[in-house]
Amino acid sequence: MSDVILEMRNITKTFPGVKALNNVSFSVTQGEIHALVGENGAGKSTLMNVLSGIYPYGTYEGEIYFQGKECRFRDITESEKVGLVIIHQELALIPFLSIAENLFLGNERAKNGVIDWNESISKTAELLERVGLHEPPTTLITNMGVGKQQLVEIAKALAKEVKLLILDEPTASLNESDSEKLLGLLLQLKEHGISSILISHKLSEVNKVADSITILRDGSTIETLDCKKDNITEDRIIRGMVGRDMTHRFPPRERNIGDVVFEVRDWNVYHPIHEDRKVSTNVNISVRKGEVVGISGLMGAGRTELAMSIFGRAYGTRISGKAYKHGKEIDISTIDKAISNGIAYATEDRKAYGLILIQEVKNNITLANLEEISTRQVINEPQEMRVTGEYRDKLNIKCSSIQQLALNLSGGNQQKVVLSKWLFASPEILILDEPTRGIDVGAKYEIYTIINRLASEGKGIILISSELPEILGVCDRVYVMRDGKVVGEMPASEASQEKVMKYIMTQQEVMAQ
Amino acid sequence: MKTLTTLFKNNVREYGMLIALIAVMVFFQVQTKGVLFKPVNITNLVLQNSYVITMALGMLLIIVSGWIDLSVGSVVAVVGALAGVLIVRYDVNWVLVVAISLLLGAAIGAFQGYWVAYLKIPAFIVTLAGFLIFRGLTIALLQGESVGPFPRGFQNISSGFIPDIFNSEGLHITTILIGVILSVLLIWLDLRTRKNQQKYGFEVTPFYFFVVKNIAITGAVMGLCYLMASYKGLPNVLVLLFVLIAAYAFMTSQTVIGRRIYAMGGNVKAAMLSGVNTTRLLFYTFVNMGVLAALAGLIVAARLNSSTPNAGDGMELDVIAACFIGGASPTGGVGKVIGAVVGAFLIGVLNNGMSIMGVGIDWQKVVKGIVLLLAVLFDVYNKNKSA
Repeated sequence: MSDVILEMRNITKTFPGVKALNNVSFSVTQGEIHALVGENGAGKSTLMNVLSGIYPYGTYEGEIYFQGKECRFRDITESEKVGLVIIHQELALIPFLSIAENLFLGNERAKNGVIDWNESISKTAELLERVGLHEPPTTLITNMGVGKQQLVEIAKALAKEVKLLILDEPTASLNESDSEKLLGLLLQLKEHGISSILISHKLSEVNKVADSITILRDGSTIETLDCKKDNITEDRIIRGMVGRDMTHRFPPRERNIGDVVFEVRDWNVYHPIHEDRKVSTNVNISVRKGEVVGISGLMGAGRTELAMSIFGRAYGTRISGKAYKHGKEIDISTIDKAISNGIAYATEDRKAYGLILIQEVKNNITLANLEEISTRQVINEPQEMRVTGEYRDKLNIKCSSIQQLALNLSGGNQQKVVLSKWLFASPEILILDEPTRGIDVGAKYEIYTIINRLASEGKGIILISSELPEILGVCDRVYVMRDGKVVGEMPASEASQEKVMKYIMTQQEVMAQ
Repeated sequence: MKTLTTLFKNNVREYGMLIALIAVMVFFQVQTKGVLFKPVNITNLVLQNSYVITMALGMLLIIVSGWIDLSVGSVVAVVGALAGVLIVRYDVNWVLVVAISLLLGAAIGAFQGYWVAYLKIPAFIVTLAGFLIFRGLTIALLQGESVGPFPRGFQNISSGFIPDIFNSEGLHITTILIGVILSVLLIWLDLRTRKNQQKYGFEVTPFYFFVVKNIAITGAVMGLCYLMASYKGLPNVLVLLFVLIAAYAFMTSQTVIGRRIYAMGGNVKAAMLSGVNTTRLLFYTFVNMGVLAALAGLIVAARLNSSTPNAGDGMELDVIAACFIGGASPTGGVGKVIGAVVGAFLIGVLNNGMSIMGVGIDWQKVVKGIVLLLAVLFDVYNKNKSA
C-alpha cells in the first residue's frame, strides 16, 4: 500500500431542490492517475469544485484530508497553496497576454510590486521545457491552438508547485495527436511524483492511463476499480456508470404514431466563428406525428448546435440542407419563420436563453406569440392574464401569481414557464433541449408527463438529452450523435444503455447494422 | 395600516422618487419665498424642461434596450442649425422646415442605429462619434454664428399658448376645462385597470388608498392647470408633452412593440430565440430617438428664437440622468416612462430652484451629480434588499 495523498470523506452537497452529492467518499494514492467517470450530472464536477474550494468550507458536509491534514478551503487560492490545482474544461487563460504573463498571473515573480521579467521568462522557459512545449515565453495565448494552451495550463500548475493535478475533460476539444501528447505528459508527471485526477468521458483514454477508476452515479460513489489488479474493460465501466433502477421514473404513455411531420435532409452547419469547422455533417433526421424522438450524445457532440441551426438558423453559418413539413419543403431561415411554420425550440440553458428573468411569468409565457393576445399591436391584458393563468394551472407552475418574476421560481417551475411559452405558440414540432437539466426528480416526472401529453395530442417531439435513462424511458426512437454526425439510429425498444453508450463512447466509427 | 406599509415597500422605487420630487419642490418653495410656484415660474419651468422630457422618452427606450445615446445634445444643435439656416437664409416655409427637420432626425437615428444594430458597434462608441460629428456639422452649418430671428409661427412651437375659446378675462377657461377632462380620464383609466385586476383575482390596493391616490393626482393636475390658467393658459409645448408622454406610456406598457423592447433589454438572446427581430427593433429604437431629438432641437431653437452653435450642449447628460434617476437600469430591461418624466422634472426643479436662489452653475452641477448618485444608490440598495 502506498500513501494516500487525498481523502474525501462523506461529502454531501445540496443545491436548492437537488442533492448533487450524497455521502461521497473518494481517495487518491500518492503518485497515481485516478480517473473519475460518470454520466453528465453524476456529480463529478461538483465533487471537484468542493475539493478545490470553489464551493467553500461550510457549504457542504463532510471532511477533506490532504497529505494527512484536514483542509477547510475557503476559496481556490487556499487549495492551490497546498498544491491542489484544477484545470477546467474551459481554459482560464487570458488570450491577449503572453505565456509568461499567464503562467505567473496572481503568482508574479516580483520585488515590491515590480515584475522581474528576466526571472519570469527564464522560469517560463524551464517550465515549458518540462511540459514539452516549444514556444517562446512571449507568445500570446491567442496565437496558439487549444492543445498547446492545455499544456500552458499544466505548466501554470507546475509553477504553483502542484502535488495533485485535477483535469476536467482535458481532451474534450483536442484532436487525436494532441490528446496523445497530453496523456503522455500525465504519465511523465506521474513519474515525478505528481498525482492527478482525470475526469473524462473518453473511456479508451481512461483505460490507457488510469491506475484506478472511481465511478460516480447520481451523486453517489458506486465503486472504485483497480486497474493494476484486474483487467477492466470499457463495458465493465459503462455497466457501472448506467446500471440503475429504472422502474417508475417515467410515466407510461399510449403510443399513437402517425406520418412523418418534420424532416431535415443533408443538413450541414459550420461554426459561426471558426468558419472552416463543421459542427453538423450530412444530418438526416425526422419525427412523426405523436412520436418522441431522442437525440443522445455527449456534451459537444453537436446536438444543441444542430437544433439551433434548424430553429431559424439561430446558430452557425453556411447552413445548407432542406427542411420538410408534411413532405413539403418549408422556409425556416429566420426564427420568426420557423415559429410561424410551427417549430419551437426550448433551450438547454433556460436562464441565459430561455427566460427574461427580470420579467413576470406572464410576459415570459406570451413573448413568442404576442399576436395571439393583441389586436392591432395593442396587448389585451385581460386576455393575457386569462391565458397565462390557464397555462399556470395546466402545467402546474408553482408561483405566487403570474405576475411573479421568473427570477424567483425554482428550476423546475422555470422550465415549465419555458414550456408554456412554446406551447402557447402552438407548434407542431417541439425541440426540447435538456428539458430536465438541473431540476429535481419530482419536477422531472411532471415534465415527462407534459411531454407524453403533447405527444398524444399529436405533436412531433425531438428530445435532446444527455441522460440515457431519460432517452430510453421517454422516447420512441433514438438517434446517437458524435462529432456533429448521426452515428446511430434505433427504435427505443431495441436500445439499451450499453448499446447507446457504445455508440457514444467508441472511438472508431461503428455503423448501425 | 399594515397593508399601506407593505404597499409602500413593494413600490418604494416609484413612490420614493415622487416623494423626493415633492420634497424638493416644497424645499425650494420655502427657500425661494414662494417664487417657485408662481404661475409665471411654473410655466417657465415647463418650457425649460420640455426638451429634456421629450428626449428622455426616447432615451428611456434606448436605456431599456440596454444601450445609451450620447449624441442627442449635438443632434439638437444640428437640427436647430439646419432649421435656422433654411428658414432665415433660404426663406423656406417653417412648416416644411419642421417636416424636414424631423426627417433629418430620423436619418441621423437610422445612421447611428445601423452602426449599433447591424454592424454591432457598441452604442457608446457610435454615439460618442455622433456627439462630435453633429456638433462639428452644426458649427460648419452656422459658420460659427447664431442665426435668427424666426417667424412668429415657428416661435409659437415653444413660446405660444393654446387659444382660449371662451375669450374670458382673467382665468383661461379652456385650460381649466382641459384639466377637468384630463382628471376624469385619469380616474376612469385607473378605475378600469382596478376592475380588471379584481376580475382576475389580483391583489389590488385598498380602496381608501385608491381614493387618496386619485384625489392627489386630480389635485396635482387641477392645481397645475389653475396655475397655468391664471397666467396665459397652457403652453403649446405642454400640450405636446402630454400627448407624447401619454403615447409613450401607452406604447411601453400596452403594445407588442413595447413588450418586445423590454424583452430585448431584459435578455436579448432569449428575446431573439422567441422570434423577436432584435436587430431591427434596436435599429428603430435609435430612429425614434433621432426623431425625438430633432423635435427637441426645434423646441430649443423656437424658444431661443435663434439657432446657436452651442445649443443643446451637455443636454445629453441631463437626459440620461433623468432616466437613471427615474429608475431605469443601466443593464437594460427596467425603466418606466413615468419614472423618466419624474426624473426629468426633478432635475428641472433643481435647476430652476437653484437658479432662483442664486446658486451658481458650478454648485448646481455638484448638486445634480450627488442627486444622481443617491438615486442610483437607492435603487441598488432596494434591489439587494429584495433579492
